[in-house]
Amino acid sequence: MLGTAIIIFREVLEAALIVSLVLAATRGIIGRTQWVMIGIGGGILGAILLAVVADSIAPLADGMGQELLNATILFFAVIMLTWHLLWMRKHAAEITHKVKHIGQAVSSGDKDPIILAFIIGLAILREGSEAVIFLYGLAAAGSNPSELLLGGGLGILSGIVAGSVLYLGVARIPVGKLFQVSGWLILLLTAGLASQAVSYLVQADLLPAFGYAIWDSSFLVSEQSIAGHVLHILVGYVDHPMGIQLLTYVLTIGLLGAAMYVMNQQQAKARG
Amino acid sequence: MKFQGFLALSLLGLSQIVMASSTDSYELTISNHQFEPTELIIPANTKVKLLVHNKDNSPEEFESHSLHREKIIGPNQSGVINIGPLPAGVYEFVGEFHEDTARGRIIVQ
Repeated sequence: MLGTAIIIFREVLEAALIVSLVLAATRGIIGRTQWVMIGIGGGILGAILLAVVADSIAPLADGMGQELLNATILFFAVIMLTWHLLWMRKHAAEITHKVKHIGQAVSSGDKDPIILAFIIGLAILREGSEAVIFLYGLAAAGSNPSELLLGGGLGILSGIVAGSVLYLGVARIPVGKLFQVSGWLILLLTAGLASQAVSYLVQADLLPAFGYAIWDSSFLVSEQSIAGHVLHILVGYVDHPMGIQLLTYVLTIGLLGAAMYVMNQQQAKARG
Repeated sequence: MKFQGFLALSLLGLSQIVMASSTDSYELTISNHQFEPTELIIPANTKVKLLVHNKDNSPEEFESHSLHREKIIGPNQSGVINIGPLPAGVYEFVGEFHEDTARGRIIVQ
């Protein structure tokens, strides 16, 4: 049972952490709850659907269907997060002001809540489908149903607890600083997801690796450890990165970070 | 300019087809949540294809941290995993869904 719970926990953790971070970063936006629910529901449905068709997708593209699908989902998440980040920059001052001084949520009147649903949905879709495939396999192999329910339930629950801890941590950041701090956190998350997407393209043999281990810091923090795994999800930590992963990571932070910085400056100028 | 770009791309595509056909394949079977063979020897600095056949009635995830590879192989399905070109060394892999029994390594030399 514990083994099942650990595997499910690992799959659920990524989705739980991404969802919590995005949720904590978007406190005070009206109509958010509804879109968050749509994202979670859609993600779970999508995960089940994806698990069902997984065996038909895998042989596509010369047997690289799974890799290309994973890369596509991750790239799509990167685009959505980028949109979200830039949108938040544009409205940061307004949102911060309203939440802080009027103590009310702001109506975004924009597409951001929909983007939020997409980000949440995609995060659940990818990792959730692996969890569903694993649980379905256990059921097919004739495992004890109680083992399935208990192990699966315990794994999902621990993932949600970990997500809640992160949420509460980020939520402690004062509103005035929230968008600044969470913005940079989401930037690191986005860069990590981009480098993960690129790693699937290397696996599909569409991109060169440029070296399989630029360095090896597994003696310091192993990616297999819980701390390493959490760092991998949140900031894209890889204990022995491929050259192309490093390149993608640095480029994403450089380009997106520069765009965020420029927008900050414009905001500051507009305020006088 | 456009034509040249197109030509370069087609040549690239063509060379990939030629390369693909000359890539060596190695086979790996999963049964009773164990890999067979548990040790594969492949040449250094060479691209190879690993064909993994899952003979079990449950899915398995081929995962190698050192190789940067992870792929789910459905029950009674086969999957292709591209490997290399790699420097010499020992690269461990596991079946993530049955990590206590499904273990093996690739020796690159």
